[in-house]
Amino acid sequence: MVAMKHIKVISGAALKKSIREGGCGACQTSCQSACKTSCTVGNQKCENPRQSKKSLPLAK
Amino acid sequence: MIHTYHLLGRYVLLDIASGAVCELDRDAFDLVNTITPPMSDEPRENLTPRQREAWDELYELQEQGLLFAPEMGMPELHSAPLKALCLHISHDCNLRCGYCFAATGDFGTGRRSVMSPQTASDAIDFLLSRCQNRINLEIDFFGGEPLLGWDTVKHTIEYARAKAPEKNFRFTLTTNGLLLNDDISAYVNREIDNVVLSLDGREKVNDALRKTMKGQGSYAHVLPKYKALLTGRDRDYFIRGTYTSKNLDFVKDIEHLSRMGFESLSLEPVVLAEENPLAIKECHLPQLCVQYEQLCEKMLSSERQYSFFHFEVDLEQGPCFHKRVRGCGAGHEYAAVTPEGDVFPCHRFAGMEDYKMGSVSDKTFSPEISDLFRGFDVFSMPDCKSCWAKYYCGGGCVASNLTVNGNLLQSDAVGCALERKRLECAILLKIARFDDRHN
Repeated sequence: MVAMKHIKVISGAALKKSIREGGCGACQTSCQSACKTSCTVGNQKCENPRQSKKSLPLAK
Repeated sequence: MIHTYHLLGRYVLLDIASGAVCELDRDAFDLVNTITPPMSDEPRENLTPRQREAWDELYELQEQGLLFAPEMGMPELHSAPLKALCLHISHDCNLRCGYCFAATGDFGTGRRSVMSPQTASDAIDFLLSRCQNRINLEIDFFGGEPLLGWDTVKHTIEYARAKAPEKNFRFTLTTNGLLLNDDISAYVNREIDNVVLSLDGREKVNDALRKTMKGQGSYAHVLPKYKALLTGRDRDYFIRGTYTSKNLDFVKDIEHLSRMGFESLSLEPVVLAEENPLAIKECHLPQLCVQYEQLCEKMLSSERQYSFFHFEVDLEQGPCFHKRVRGCGAGHEYAAVTPEGDVFPCHRFAGMEDYKMGSVSDKTFSPEISDLFRGFDVFSMPDCKSCWAKYYCGGGCVASNLTVNGNLLQSDAVGCALERKRLECAILLKIARFDDRHN
């Protein structure tokens, strides 16, 4: 976390970083339909083993 | 693009292209909303001393690539072979739910049927012939009610594992629970990775719409079965419900489910055409947004710990950019198979002959529909381009678009508004819990 007086950075540029090594396709499919409990991609886990070893999540 | 919001006393800044999430104080919050990027290192004239400090910090964010980051555009997408099947084990159901999108089980086909073990084997072969080098493969047992074809469910699991031991099959069962018994529950807990148990919340709410074929409420039938199943379960599950215009106070239903001892909850808005009296409409949005805020507050203050599926978001290790621009895999990474073996882009299209892609039984497959669905992403959906939530939601559900608007590409505006509200709450919960962990 970057500490500042007026701003607290909760999460950095995770999305921008992911463009370099993303797209492996190992993750779960993400149905967006309300009739299945799987809406939004934002709550899915990355299952690329190379990515998951890099850092621990900041927040739970 | 940035998105800012004030919720439950906190000021939040999202930088959409980079994915950065910040909490601001009031000075920085007011200031950032007046800035036209790019920022200069020299603060604007006529700022107060505190605003000048905030300017310097915002400028630092910009220089680190965490603020006003440029849009990245469509990434180069690798091949996206089939890796998940929704098996409609049964096009029949032993409930008659008032909001059923599957026309009480037969998907409007007029035929009530159960998938044979042979068709299930054909479906697994179809998946294995198309999954290329994917290791993780998903099978969702769906319906209708899949327990009406329980022998086929068990056969599918055994056949898949025996046919391709090198693959990691992950099985999910979605059930209304009526046919659960000790033997089935034990098997589900031993062999099935995730189980989705349908229940809408309070007894009167559930029973108003989830009725047996004799018109009785289903709550009292399934609640003890769910409790018994979960007593022996140490794997994923969801208690999953639907809310409609008849229970706009749905937080009471979530609290009820929590009081019943369930810890993994999902309650989702019904998707119906506007003329349906149960439909969620634009006029309901203010009340529903307040409900989500109340749920957020309750989850922060409640001693009972539970997870709410739509408030789960992974800010650091969630899906990559490639995944987020094309959240829906229907028609290429994901497909549905009917009891007769017909293949459709997803479960919501089952029975719509215009969208039939082939058959696992006669091994036909025509790529036109698959190619059409592969082209849907947040850059091709007109309403997504300017939406701050696009990389969190991935473009939404084209089947919902078709249901609500009669058009695959025109987003469901009400559903999108609810999605944005849930995301604001989800991110706020992350921020609050981040404080709990670091203070």
